Amino acid sequence: MDIEKRIQSLAARLKYIQDIFAEREDANIELLHSKLKDFTDNGGAMSAQEAARQVEALEDLYAFLEKKLERELTPMDKVRIVRHPQRICLKDILENVYDNYTEIGGEGEYNIDPSVLIARAYITRRVGGKVYNQPIMVIGQEKGHGEEFRNGGSVKPWGNAKAQHYMQVAETENIPIHTYVFTPGAYPLEDYPGAAQQIARNLYEMAGLKVPVIAVFSEGGSGGAEAIGLADVRLMLSHGYYSVISPEGAAAIEGRLRGGQRASAELIETCARRLKITADDNRTMGYVDRVIQEPPLGARPEHYDFFKVLRSEVIRATDEVVLNVRGWKFFRAMTLSAQRNKRNASAEDIYVRWTLSAGARDRLVWRRYQRFRRMSRHAYIDNSPLTKKVERLAREAGWSVYSFFKYDFFRKHKKKFTHMLEEIGSEFQVVRDKAAVPLRWARRALAPGRAAVCSEEAGKSLTELSCWDKGSCDTPGVYVSPQAREDRVLTCTNAETHGCKDLWAPDLFGDFAGVCPTCGHHFRMEYQWYLHNVFDYGSIFEFSRSVESGNPLDYDGLSAKLEKAKAETGLKSACVTFEARIKHVNVICATLVGTFRGGSVGAAEGEKFVRAAERARKKHYPFIAYVHGTAGIRIQEGVNGVIQMPRCTMAVRRYIEAGGLYIVVYDTNSYAGPVASFLGCSPYQFAIRSANIGFAGPGVIKETTGLDIPPNYHVAHQALSRGHIHGIWDRRDVRANLNQALQTMGGRNLYYR
Amino acid sequence: MKDVKALLEEMKSAPYKLVEVAAPHTGVVEHVLTEPGTKVTGPQGSWGERPGTLLAHLERERNKKAIRAPMRGEVEKVFTEHAGRFVEAGTVLYTLRHYLTKDEVIQEILKKTLYLFHAREQAKYYFFPEADTKIKAYGPQSVRVRDGQDLFIVSRMKRESVLPYSGPEGMIYAVYFKDNHSVEAGQPLIGVCPPDQLPLIQDVVNRVKSEWEERG
Repeated sequence: MDIEKRIQSLAARLKYIQDIFAEREDANIELLHSKLKDFTDNGGAMSAQEAARQVEALEDLYAFLEKKLERELTPMDKVRIVRHPQRICLKDILENVYDNYTEIGGEGEYNIDPSVLIARAYITRRVGGKVYNQPIMVIGQEKGHGEEFRNGGSVKPWGNAKAQHYMQVAETENIPIHTYVFTPGAYPLEDYPGAAQQIARNLYEMAGLKVPVIAVFSEGGSGGAEAIGLADVRLMLSHGYYSVISPEGAAAIEGRLRGGQRASAELIETCARRLKITADDNRTMGYVDRVIQEPPLGARPEHYDFFKVLRSEVIRATDEVVLNVRGWKFFRAMTLSAQRNKRNASAEDIYVRWTLSAGARDRLVWRRYQRFRRMSRHAYIDNSPLTKKVERLAREAGWSVYSFFKYDFFRKHKKKFTHMLEEIGSEFQVVRDKAAVPLRWARRALAPGRAAVCSEEAGKSLTELSCWDKGSCDTPGVYVSPQAREDRVLTCTNAETHGCKDLWAPDLFGDFAGVCPTCGHHFRMEYQWYLHNVFDYGSIFEFSRSVESGNPLDYDGLSAKLEKAKAETGLKSACVTFEARIKHVNVICATLVGTFRGGSVGAAEGEKFVRAAERARKKHYPFIAYVHGTAGIRIQEGVNGVIQMPRCTMAVRRYIEAGGLYIVVYDTNSYAGPVASFLGCSPYQFAIRSANIGFAGPGVIKETTGLDIPPNYHVAHQALSRGHIHGIWDRRDVRANLNQALQTMGGRNLYYR
Repeated sequence: MKDVKALLEEMKSAPYKLVEVAAPHTGVVEHVLTEPGTKVTGPQGSWGERPGTLLAHLERERNKKAIRAPMRGEVEKVFTEHAGRFVEAGTVLYTLRHYLTKDEVIQEILKKTLYLFHAREQAKYYFFPEADTKIKAYGPQSVRVRDGQDLFIVSRMKRESVLPYSGPEGMIYAVYFKDNHSVEAGQPLIGVCPPDQLPLIQDVVNRVKSEWEERG
């Protein structure tokens, strides 16, 4: 009986190995297969002793070859490991890592979202003869060993909302949070609260959580992972992956496949390798702090030793985070640091209380911001000389000092003085108006002559020919769209339903600002149109120009594509950051340009965005994110791109908490990562009528959920009715509406009013 | 009284509808489909998001516009004499033969034989309790209506009012609305037929359902 069980176990191990290595032919796997077959064929004839000896030999062989096969694992094999139903899941961790737990929010499929598991757990430590029970909030995705209703750990928006709620509960209770990332990606539904918007809310929440957060990554699929992955310490299981997109998704984009076509296995394998998704890759790039070694070919529920290691690691990580922001830590911090490099060292030998004081909580959030701020600096190009960099730092320090004196130090006294000046000014105004009556009368008497001049000018402008050649008669401050230089006619999309007349391109893209005068349909305009028509003439001053998009993963073909984009657009990245004025109000604006690699966000774009938010905070200016278009995170940059989601969200949160006004304006298409982080978290989001806003495109939704999506699923009005945005603006009114928004909304540190 | 059988025979003799595809405006025509007899499809998909078969291009002022088949069928005639030429708006470019489906035939017959009573305003419509009980128990054809009879309850914004039926006397043949669903103004609510024609209409409808062969 015992022999049979052991043989069954070996057969299961063989099946697992075959699953992991897919259909690949390998001599070692063949050997395991044939040896097991030999035994099952001839085992019946052996004596019990002989059979036991043979099985033992077989088990040794399995253990040996598993270790050998471990060294041959490719990144795609690791993807198959984490997706395998035998992979450890969160329930196994709760059972084996924590001493006790209560699941919150449901039982099996009777749950608001069974793919998210939340539990209040306890870790019990016995130190110095005393027993300490330490509560933790455990949040993570549950794959449930392939249970259908778990959706493979693909979390619906309301599941992430539940996670956000219990993060807040943990903060109230002042207990640490352990998150376990087991997701291939978020479930792309736009229904309220919306996949993208809820992830953005989670990120915003986590950016300011005042309790220690430890994240453990097993399967980190892009935005879904970020929804619970922003942490003080990020651990990663050695056989896990953390990536911007699934290798299959990357292969579909690389191979330009559409309509459910499948990419070849080789291309998927290549993409998995290029994206640098493994634990070691992420450790090298600095996106995870430590890698937890798993047993050969990945941890499965029967690997009890592994759970012991995992328990030790999460305890140590929590201790470290707490001690780093605490005052009293000397010997314990040293012990922890010494233990880190020792094998079999237990983190439970010392006791650290995990509740934090008010001061420690603030330090914790600051350290978290600093930590993410330092990330991905290697992933963009900044060719500015050292002197320039020093100059920039000095200037930033200068703004901080100036802002402190202007807005904090003198503020209280200045208020009284300003009020007095206002009173005097109002009195003077009345006197001046009375004295100016004769002057006004004289001006009116001279007016007819001026009117004649005006009408002559108007007549001239009406009879002049259009300017077809670029630069032939450009007046300063007037932007002429290249589309307006074409002598052709366009048909409005709504012509059939609204009876719109065909439009002449110079009229449409010149005088009508790309808006159909009959139905108001917005044609696509270039981002330059906004720069010229929204901001005061000549007020734009671009900064961070030296930051340039690079190819941090040496992804095949990306460098050439970037060069081409740079040559075509004259930009160095998809993000343009500048200072400008709108009706004399100074603002900082970050623009994502849709024509530069689809407006995708990589390390350079993220860095520029963060710098813009910091500049706005230091200068006490409103911050506008104008999204001309963004297709999401730049997949060819891998995690260097994904990490911009938490980085930028943290910068935005710091800015808003400092009292700033952050307004997002969407134009054309805005999808995926940026919407699910630093754009979607804004309390004031507006769309121009041409906008499409969403998390994933119709193709991805169809493939992931099997649902057919109506053609207008992502249009701005749908986003408005779902509560994702807060208003829709006509393109011709953007300047006036922004000015109105600046006057009526926003933070306490804006002194332009 | 309409001769329903003759109507059906007439439809059987020409089981299709001729659809003319004309130039929506002036422009130079470039035919894409030139072979008569080619099968074409109209817009498809749950929301008609997949456009119909491309028939021709019409270009005016460097604005090349696609002309597509409005419905399923086959090309009967291609007016190739317009190829490469400037045409006026309304010039016929193709004639398509759209073969009628069973549902279309039934709808066509019912349209010609039934009296349709339409919704006056957008609201939720319900039958009066007496009629409602009968319809639920024995079907719509169990209810006879006459001009001025209180037949509907119109519910809008929590306010209810009575809507009397107006039209010829007869049996309710078809009900086009559902309880608790809002009906737009102008949509038909019921179709009424004279009592003596009811068996005939039913017979023709059954014949269409069993005998009509769908083509294309």
